[in-house]
Amino acid sequence: MQPSRTRTRGLLRRINLPESAQVLFRPPFRNYQFDSAYDEMFEAPGIPRPHYRALFQTLLDLPSEELRKSQQAAELSFLHQGITFTVYGNSEGTERVFPNDLLPRIIPHAEWRKIESGLTQRIAALNLFLEDIYHNGRILADGIVPKELVYTCRHFRREMRGLNVPRGIYVSICGTDLVRLPDGSFAVLEDNLRVPSGVSYMLANRKVLKRVFPTLFRDYGVCPVDHYAQALLATLRALTPPNFSSRHEPTVVLLTPGVFNSAYFEHTFLAQQMGIELVEGRDLLVHDNVVYMRTTAGLRRVDVIYRRVDDDFLDPLCFQRDSSLGVPGLFNAYRAGNVSLANAIGTGVADDKAVYAYVPAIIRYYLGEDPILSNVPTYMLTDRTQQNYVLEHLDELVVKAVGESGGYGMLIGPQSTAEQREDFRSRIQAEPRNYIAQPTLSLSRAPCFLDGEAQARHVDLRPYILYGENVTLVPGGLTRVALRRGSLVVNSSQGGGSKDTWVLRA
Amino acid sequence: MTGHRETTMLSRVADNLYWMSRYLERAEHTARLIDVDLQLRLDQSPTAGSDRWLGLLEALQVPAPENVPLDAEILTHLLTLDRANPSSIISCVAAARENLRQVREQCSSEMWEQLNRLFLQVKSTASSDAGLADSHGFFRAVQDGAHLFQGIADSTMSHGEGWHYIQLGRFVERTEAVARLIGAHFSRFPHPLDQPVESEEYLEWVGLLKSCAAFQAYCKAHTAELRPLRVAEFLLLNPGFPHSVAFSVDRFHAALTAIAELTERKAEQPVRIAGRLRATLSFSQIDEILASGATAYVDSIRWQCAQAHAAIQQVYFDYSVESALVA
Repeated sequence: MQPSRTRTRGLLRRINLPESAQVLFRPPFRNYQFDSAYDEMFEAPGIPRPHYRALFQTLLDLPSEELRKSQQAAELSFLHQGITFTVYGNSEGTERVFPNDLLPRIIPHAEWRKIESGLTQRIAALNLFLEDIYHNGRILADGIVPKELVYTCRHFRREMRGLNVPRGIYVSICGTDLVRLPDGSFAVLEDNLRVPSGVSYMLANRKVLKRVFPTLFRDYGVCPVDHYAQALLATLRALTPPNFSSRHEPTVVLLTPGVFNSAYFEHTFLAQQMGIELVEGRDLLVHDNVVYMRTTAGLRRVDVIYRRVDDDFLDPLCFQRDSSLGVPGLFNAYRAGNVSLANAIGTGVADDKAVYAYVPAIIRYYLGEDPILSNVPTYMLTDRTQQNYVLEHLDELVVKAVGESGGYGMLIGPQSTAEQREDFRSRIQAEPRNYIAQPTLSLSRAPCFLDGEAQARHVDLRPYILYGENVTLVPGGLTRVALRRGSLVVNSSQGGGSKDTWVLRA
Repeated sequence: MTGHRETTMLSRVADNLYWMSRYLERAEHTARLIDVDLQLRLDQSPTAGSDRWLGLLEALQVPAPENVPLDAEILTHLLTLDRANPSSIISCVAAARENLRQVREQCSSEMWEQLNRLFLQVKSTASSDAGLADSHGFFRAVQDGAHLFQGIADSTMSHGEGWHYIQLGRFVERTEAVARLIGAHFSRFPHPLDQPVESEEYLEWVGLLKSCAAFQAYCKAHTAELRPLRVAEFLLLNPGFPHSVAFSVDRFHAALTAIAELTERKAEQPVRIAGRLRATLSFSQIDEILASGATAYVDSIRWQCAQAHAAIQQVYFDYSVESALVA
């Protein structure tokens, strides 16, 4: 399947002639389209980027029937393994297979190095920011970030004031969404600092692709991602609570909201991969500020909880009172230093979409460095002038609710109806703090295998960052795809899919 | 509180596996009972009907419906496909599946697939127009489906703590069900104990054996001549027949012993209760049992069974925090 050296060279010679480029567009690229967006595979129509050449050639050589079969096999394997997610706000058929695209997204090593250092810088700064605002609030006193922005944030938890978390790490598991702009540079679209999900799809995609393109995969020299679960476990174990004193390793559990949660598959998968217990709130109890799990052999002390339950539902004594997902007394045990939570409570204040606009300033303030990865320009609607501008240009901009994630509660100007825009206009005017606006970005596009041919679709990239004893990034991440033609929304709940991401070795 | 162990099993998970297994055993038992009963009915005058139904309902511990004629169609539906009846076959299979679904990662994928398939099959019968037109085929499918599940569990799941809870649920349920069936039968047919039964009543005793899948095994041991004493001995005390009370108690005692070993809780109530029950059965003589009344004897077995169940709940699944912290 791998093209021979001479044939590759011959092809390269031919595609150096731009006028013949279109002629070369054999299946599956016959209908491949270009626009102003950055194309991940082609530097110009018909001319693949150097790191995509081998894949390009493989696709030209491979009968599309064979690809189609591989795709069906992949889909079936996802279905049988039950790799599904749940769609909220839709009563029928709520369980769906997460669509996987067969064509890998390839990232050269040098680009990855920049992403890696940029994200390492970012998670360090955001953790310092969280520690600061839950202690002395220097950055607020210095007027770098407005006080009211922090204190009006729905995810700010005053209960966390003055509480010292292990190693001072608030965010130990983070999934940051990156987009590639038309000039080819990566920018951060949002930080997910609460309970980011999707990492199981990264691992599942890799498993499938290794089966579909074994030779190509080997010859490309792709950095492995399979050690993610092990790295996650090491990160969690590094978060031993202050009062932990035992010769044994700390007992780590994964707390899930239960079978009805949209990411339940991922919870079972990660627990299994790490070899730790998957617990629900009702499996845990707090006695004398110590957390135990109820096992058949009696109560067993729990030291670190990787919680996939939102702050609001963690402890009915402290937060939402009618929640049955959490553990009564958990917060006091946490406060007493008898248990650690990953992520800490109250991290959502740092991924608030309005606070996001200040992250470059936050990086400069704490680290004295310029941000390595840039932000996307963001309009603050609490500012009168900016708000006026946004309201006049609703049809060009993207408006997002600050506390939402998963692609819920947003307006995409160019694709919206007049009615939707009116709706957002009144919502913005009523609660300007709850919204921000950004220019409609032209996300980069990558080829996807759809309807038997390669078609260009918008993609983003969510690498996963772990922060325990040190910062670890598994090289790769989840490349999310907007499978609907022309769509810019990549969230799984909004018709998105995903593809494997190959980071090449140096 | 115990120290660090190699494996941990959450109480909730153990509870789910135990109940999953009980529900599946119950579905299988119910399917066999109704199947045998419907066959038997074909040989009887239509007027004998309502009495038999009451006997069947009693054996299955389903309250007789009020203001409804005790007619075959209504009652068969009640016991098989009626979702409103928590003891119906469809409710039991659905409950078994729901219990397993919540702990899917604890069993092999083959097990889950088999139970899911059985559930879908029962559900499609319930929603099809034909319904129970082929009732015999349906009851066979339920029994086969449950047997297949247990076989798959035996050969694809590691025989660790989780597997023992599955065994436990299965045999606690079976002990209770068979004991209840024997009790109900002996109180309805007070035949002289050591005389062969004949004519009309003969079929009733065949029915009892068949309801425990025991007719062929009994014939091998005692020929087709049925004496209540021998039937009782076979169903209560035979150590090698898988539906006898003695066999079932032996298995659930073995499962509890293994669990006690694995959880390092050796001296606990459940093992003691099961051990006592097992000893009673292995030292009992059938004539002594019947002299003081079969019904009283099986009632005492059922009572001890219920005690064991309560003790299992209390020690492994639902213990109080105080009791766990003191230890």
